Amino acid sequence: MEPARRPRGEPLDERVLHVDPARGTLTDLRVRELPDTLRAGDVLVLNDAATIPASLRVRTSAGETIELRLAGAIDDRRWSAVLFDAADWRTKTEDRAAPPTVREGETLFVGPDLHARVTSVSSVSPRLISIAFSCEGVDLWRGIYRHGRPIQYAYAARPFELWDVQNRFASRPWSVEPPSASHALTLPLIAAMRARGVIVATVTHAAGLSSTGDAVLDAALPLPERYDLPEDTVRAVVAAHARGSRIVAGGTTVVRALEGCAHSNGGALVAGVGTTELHIARGFRPTVIDGVFTGVHEPSTSHYDLLEAFAPADLIAQATRHAEATRYMIHEFGDAMLVLG
Amino acid sequence: MQLRGTSALITGASRGLGAALARELAAAGVRVALVARTQTDLDRVVAELRAAGGDAHGVVGDVADKFAVHGIAATAAAVVGPIDLLVHNAGTLGPTPLRALLDTDCEDLERALDVNVVGPFRLSKIVAGSMALRGHGTIAHVTSDAAVEAYPTWGAYAISKAALEHLGRSLAVELQDTGVRIWNVDPGEMDTQMHRDALPDADPATLSRPADIARRFVRLLAEPQRWPSGARIDLLRAEAA
Repeated sequence: MEPARRPRGEPLDERVLHVDPARGTLTDLRVRELPDTLRAGDVLVLNDAATIPASLRVRTSAGETIELRLAGAIDDRRWSAVLFDAADWRTKTEDRAAPPTVREGETLFVGPDLHARVTSVSSVSPRLISIAFSCEGVDLWRGIYRHGRPIQYAYAARPFELWDVQNRFASRPWSVEPPSASHALTLPLIAAMRARGVIVATVTHAAGLSSTGDAVLDAALPLPERYDLPEDTVRAVVAAHARGSRIVAGGTTVVRALEGCAHSNGGALVAGVGTTELHIARGFRPTVIDGVFTGVHEPSTSHYDLLEAFAPADLIAQATRHAEATRYMIHEFGDAMLVLG
Repeated sequence: MQLRGTSALITGASRGLGAALARELAAAGVRVALVARTQTDLDRVVAELRAAGGDAHGVVGDVADKFAVHGIAATAAAVVGPIDLLVHNAGTLGPTPLRALLDTDCEDLERALDVNVVGPFRLSKIVAGSMALRGHGTIAHVTSDAAVEAYPTWGAYAISKAALEHLGRSLAVELQDTGVRIWNVDPGEMDTQMHRDALPDADPATLSRPADIARRFVRLLAEPQRWPSGARIDLLRAEAA
């Protein structure tokens, strides 16, 4: 399928393929028609994490310059990260050479105001490491925003700015790649949903890396991800379940946060910060989420696999063939799929 | 409204009204992110607020820099939480000594618009959506009577403040029913460095003290229902009303 190589003009005109597993139907819609697919009382949960400029050029102790991509925060100072070679996003991820191996204890230099010590090297891949930055709080964030660039891939038409990748309602900087399902959701569209009686709620989920080009590492994706589930959202979901209304996830990250939370807490949603390692694919029985609004995904990606938990595999395959034949666009600025019955 | 436990982002917070407002909010239990361009000035105010038990964080950055504002907003949200109160207090007079509009360089007018209008627009564009999604939030534009009355030699500043106020009214109508409140707050004439830059011969005894104005500002924030979104609030008269 063809990638959208940059942000497109009118978000409300972007396409949505509505896959209805209850009826077994496919319907071509536009984003502006999304409110019509929801009913009063339905809860739409959106991920309000802002996207960090998580690609950093770092110099190793041996003087080599390589790319380090932040993968997720461990605490105020420590992060997991993945190393790439000296090239950049213009080279296809899978074509990039193996980066030099780093050792535990080694220092990586980001800039005069920021460096990081390698605290561990993963047994899964020597490219997956944990680091401890030289500072925390505002000093660390300033360093990351000063030196970092948004993570992007070779299909992009140009270097992206944070202005390109941020959702309109993003708040805390938790995601290393954009939780892009909601990129076309404008505030007036959200207001139109609310005017219909749809309850729009939030979760903050630290969307992680989508690809590393390392087969072993890619098989381990998504890595454990943090989320913060507000009390209001828990209440809204519980009340909706009680009255038989539907819970719609605005993106696969929201599925992961809410199902992951329930999975770790004996089926109940518990407000607060948690971490999920849940992999959702065919055969997984969702207990919280009824439908997903997400991008158009290609087979053999973890996002595609996740959709098979919400509709029969043959219907998802049929939808994907339809999307390809009718030129739906993929990736973070691409079109959308709504799997909801 | 309970201010304790909420979070605020204040621009131009290293001196004058911005610093005084940060001090009052921190004392009221608000987690405060103070934004200013100069690290040393900011460090001094943040250290003072923390010594008094406040939860205060200094974020160095220029609100007029398009490529700095995401970092400013994200850093603030990371350290104080999603922003409940955004105060656009940073401002520039334009060239000083003040001069007739037709003697003002085009670039100086552009700079005034950048700092006083486009900067606040960009920051609100980043912050207001999260407020709307969460169903609450206040954005305050610090303005001046120069936005309403035309005075000789105040042109660049006055034009930008008039535009800032209309930015506030425009956002207010677009964000109607979202729970996000936009106010244009006129603090009146205060004894600040900015006032000395504009009118070096003014008698300080005739001017308000920033600390007094900041207290009025915080009382206003604690009673948000008194003023509708989009309102222009004259702080010196507000409490008599």
